[in-house]
Amino acid sequence: MSENVGIVIVSHSADVARGTALMVEQMVGREVPLGWCGGDPGGGLGTSVEAIMKAIEQAWSEKGVAILVDLGGAETNSEMAIEMLPEERRDRVVVCNAPVVEGAVMAATEAASGATLEAVRRTAEELTPV
Amino acid sequence: MMIDRQARKHLFETVAQRVIAGADELTDLDRAIGDGDHGINMRRGFEAVLAAVDELSAKNLGESLKGVGTTLVMRVGGASGPLYGTLFMSLGKSLGDEVTCEQVADAFATAIEAVKARGKSDVGQKTMLDVLFPVLGVLREGGVDVTARLRATAKAAAEDTIPMRAIRGRASFLGERSIGHMDPGARSSALIVDAVADVMEGLT
Repeated sequence: MSENVGIVIVSHSADVARGTALMVEQMVGREVPLGWCGGDPGGGLGTSVEAIMKAIEQAWSEKGVAILVDLGGAETNSEMAIEMLPEERRDRVVVCNAPVVEGAVMAATEAASGATLEAVRRTAEELTPV
Repeated sequence: MMIDRQARKHLFETVAQRVIAGADELTDLDRAIGDGDHGINMRRGFEAVLAAVDELSAKNLGESLKGVGTTLVMRVGGASGPLYGTLFMSLGKSLGDEVTCEQVADAFATAIEAVKARGKSDVGQKTMLDVLFPVLGVLREGGVDVTARLRATAKAAAEDTIPMRAIRGRASFLGERSIGHMDPGARSSALIVDAVADVMEGLT
């Protein structure tokens, strides 16, 4: 089991999610548990609660999981997925308010340093203009 | 009124068929101000409801509504999955098999709050809430011709979203350009209300 916070990438497009995951891996290798998904349950552009839940499982860390999303539906579906997790996991998963590509790379870099979930989220969210 | 197994099956089938029949219209509306997938998504979700309708309606009303909600969450994709899923799951939490108009109104009010929280949205932002909220008003009034008023109110309320400017969802990216188009989510809500009104007429 990894000692670092896990990162999940949720995009409407599987290509964007996969490409972002590759950029994260280039930065931190396998030091950070990583999950990604893109596409709706029919295989078109969109997001799927089931796929997000699987990606969270894949990136699971006892220190928690930070999710990076692209557009509205990805956020709503990620929040829904978190609520459907077992109760003891729900408060250890957060959706970051950050751009998906830059946010994922920054969050993963922070996570690789052993930072807490809150610190990982803060780092990603520093990218968002206030 | 009593919502038995047969009534539950009829309710879910009628709602699902109405949404599926309107899918192309919903997609056209969404193409104008969104990402053009609302009808496709809703069709996929309600086809999954139809496929499981016997299993879903075998449980009591509360559990079967939750089942419909979960199916929509898992199958619809897009933001409308969690939004409609939350609506049905919340209704399921508060309804038993024997329901009065007042209980339905109370359950519906709670469900609307759950949808608001899920979408971080409110009435007046060009969303499904702009149909659900006036429909709640009609449910609260009750009365003899409640089903006719439900249909008329839902239809008019969806049309009332045409001059609104979108604040939430993909349409909000368009800003002023979202004005002049009916909100697809408002329209799908009106379709569902219309179908439920038909079923209610058969029960009373």
